[in-house]
Amino acid sequence: MEQLLAEIVAKYNYWLYVVLMMIGFYAMIGKRNLVKKLLGMNIFQTAIILFYVSIGVKRGGGIPIVDKHAALTQGVDVAQVVNPLPHVLMLTAIVVSVSVTGVALAILVRLYRQYGTLEEDEILEKIGR
Amino acid sequence: MSPPNLHLYVLAAPLLTAFAVNLLGRVSRAWIGPLALGALGFSTLGALLTLLRVLRDGGYRYTVGNWQPPFGIELVVDPLSALMLLLVSAVALLATFSALKSVVNELPGQEHLFFTLYLILIAGLLGLVLTGDAFNLYVLLEITSITTYGLIAMGKGRAALSSFNYIIMGSIGACFYLLGVGYLYILTGTLNMADIARILPGLAAPAAVATAFAFLMVGLWVKMAFFPLHGWLPNAYSHAPTGAGVMIAPLMTKVTIYLMIRVMFSIFSPDYTFFAHPGVQAGIVWAASLAILCSSALALAQRNLRRMLTYILLAEVGYMVGGVWLANGSGMTGAVLHIVNDALMTLCLFLAAAAIIYRTGSLDFDRLQGLYRRMPLTMAAFTVGAFSLIGVPPTCGFFSKWYLILGAVEAGHWEFVAALLASSLINAVLFFRIIETAYFNPAPDAADSVPLRSEEAPALLLNPLLVTAVALVAVGLGTGPLVENVIRLALPPGFAP
Repeated sequence: MEQLLAEIVAKYNYWLYVVLMMIGFYAMIGKRNLVKKLLGMNIFQTAIILFYVSIGVKRGGGIPIVDKHAALTQGVDVAQVVNPLPHVLMLTAIVVSVSVTGVALAILVRLYRQYGTLEEDEILEKIGR
Repeated sequence: MSPPNLHLYVLAAPLLTAFAVNLLGRVSRAWIGPLALGALGFSTLGALLTLLRVLRDGGYRYTVGNWQPPFGIELVVDPLSALMLLLVSAVALLATFSALKSVVNELPGQEHLFFTLYLILIAGLLGLVLTGDAFNLYVLLEITSITTYGLIAMGKGRAALSSFNYIIMGSIGACFYLLGVGYLYILTGTLNMADIARILPGLAAPAAVATAFAFLMVGLWVKMAFFPLHGWLPNAYSHAPTGAGVMIAPLMTKVTIYLMIRVMFSIFSPDYTFFAHPGVQAGIVWAASLAILCSSALALAQRNLRRMLTYILLAEVGYMVGGVWLANGSGMTGAVLHIVNDALMTLCLFLAAAAIIYRTGSLDFDRLQGLYRRMPLTMAAFTVGAFSLIGVPPTCGFFSKWYLILGAVEAGHWEFVAALLASSLINAVLFFRIIETAYFNPAPDAADSVPLRSEEAPALLLNPLLVTAVALVAVGLGTGPLVENVIRLALPPGFAP
C-alpha cells in the first residue's frame, strides 16, 4: 500500500492526466446530451495535451530561450532548459482540437435548428417518428 | 526526365486547387469541374510516373525543405506508398466525375464548398500515404477526418447526427493514436519512423513499448472501423451525400489499413509485431474472423443497397486486418492486393449506387425492380462489381481472396478460412437477391402498357462506372504481374513469397 502511494506521489502528474482522461471518456460514452459529449471530448484531448507538456518538464529547468551567441560558442546545457519539442507539438494538437470542436459546434447548431433539442434520446425519438 | 520531387506535386495539386476551387467556384460554377478534374488528373499522372520510377530505381526518402531527419519531416516513397499514391489519386479521379454530377443535384449552390473539402481530403489522404513521421501522420489523419466530418454533415436528414457520432468516435481513435506516439516519444526521443525503428529494439522497457503499440493499433482500428469498434461507420457512410460517399467509402478505410501496415512494419518490426507477445497475433486473426462473420450477418439484415454496402465494407476491413496479421507472405500479399482490389470494387458498387439513386431517387430494395431493363449498362457494371466481391474469377476479388485463403491455410488459421468462405457465400446471397429483384421483377409503373425504355444514367455517372468495371477484370487478369513486380517489393523483407 505504502509502495503504491509512493508510486502515485512520485508520478502524480501522470495519474492526474489518467483521471482527467477517464472523466472525459466517461462523458463521451456515458452522457446522452450532445454538448456534454463534446465537452467530454475536450477534456479528453486536454488530458493528452497535459500529458505531452509534462513529458518535457525537467526539475530545475528554465524556459528554452537561449542566447544565440552563447549557445553557438559554449553549447546548451540540456539540464538547464526544458524540452520545448513536446510543447510545440501540442500547439499543433491544440489547433487540431479547436478545429474539431468548431466543426462539432457547427453541427450541433444545425442539429438544434433541425430538431429543437440537443438530447440524443429526444432526437432519435423525433427521427423515429 | 521527371523532377526529383515529383511526389510533392502529386500532393500539392489537390491541396492548392482546393483553395482555387473555393475562390473561383464562387464566381462561376463552371470552374469547379475543370479545376478538380485537372488537379486529380495531374496527380494521377504524377503518381503513375512516381510508381514507374520507384520500380526502376527503387524506393527513396525525401526531406522537405532540407531539414534533415530525424528533426525534419521525411516523406517515404517506396513501392508500397507509390502504389497507394496511384490507387488513391486514380480512385479519387474516377469518383470525382460522379461527384460533380450528383452534387449539382443534391447540394445546389454549395458546390464550391463541397469540392474545397473534397480536394483537401484527397490531399490529406495522399499525405498520409507519403509521410514518414509519426506526429505528422496524426496531423494528416485529423485533416482527413475533419474534412470527412464536414462532407458527411452536408447530407440530408440524419446526416448531421451521424457526423457528430463520427466526430466523437474519430476523436477517440485519433487521441489513442496520439497517446501511443507520446509513449514512443518518451521511450525514444524522436518522432521519425525510421529513427524510432532503429532505437526501439535496443530498449529494455517491454511494458511501455507494448502500451505504445496497443494504443497505436486501437486508435487506427477505431479509425478504420474494425468490427467491435465499427459503430459509427454504417450511419456516417450511408447518410453522407452521394458524391462524398463515392470517394470516402473506397479510400478512407483502405488508407487506414495501409497506415496500420506502416505502423506494424516501419515503426515496429515484423519480429516485434508478430512474435513478441504470443497469442496476440492469433487473437487478432480470430477477432478478424469474427468481424467478417458478424458484419456479413448484419449486411443480411439491411433493406437498403447503400447501407448493405457499408456493412460489406466492414467485412472487407476484417479481410485485410486478418490477412496482414496472418504473419506470412501469402496472407500479406493477399491483404495488400485486397487493398487495391477492394478500393476498386467498393468504388464500382458505390458508383453504381450513385447512378441508380440519380435516376430512381431511392436505394431501398423494393424500389429496384426492373432496373436491368431501365439501366442495362449500369446494372452490368454493378454485376461485375458484385461478382468481384463474391469472388468469381476472372474478377480481381477472386485472386486476393485466393491469396488470403492460401495464407490462412499455411498459417493453420482454419477459422479465418471458414470466415472468408462464409462471407463469400453471404455476399452471393446478398447480391443474387438484388440481381433477382432487379432482373426478374418488372418495374412497378412500367408493368403493363408503358413501353420499356432505357433510362441510362448520364455519361458523367456512367463512364467512370464502366471504366471501373473494366478495371476490375483487368486488375484480375493482371494479378500475376502486379504481385510479381509491385506487391512483392512492397512487403517487409523476409515476407515476400
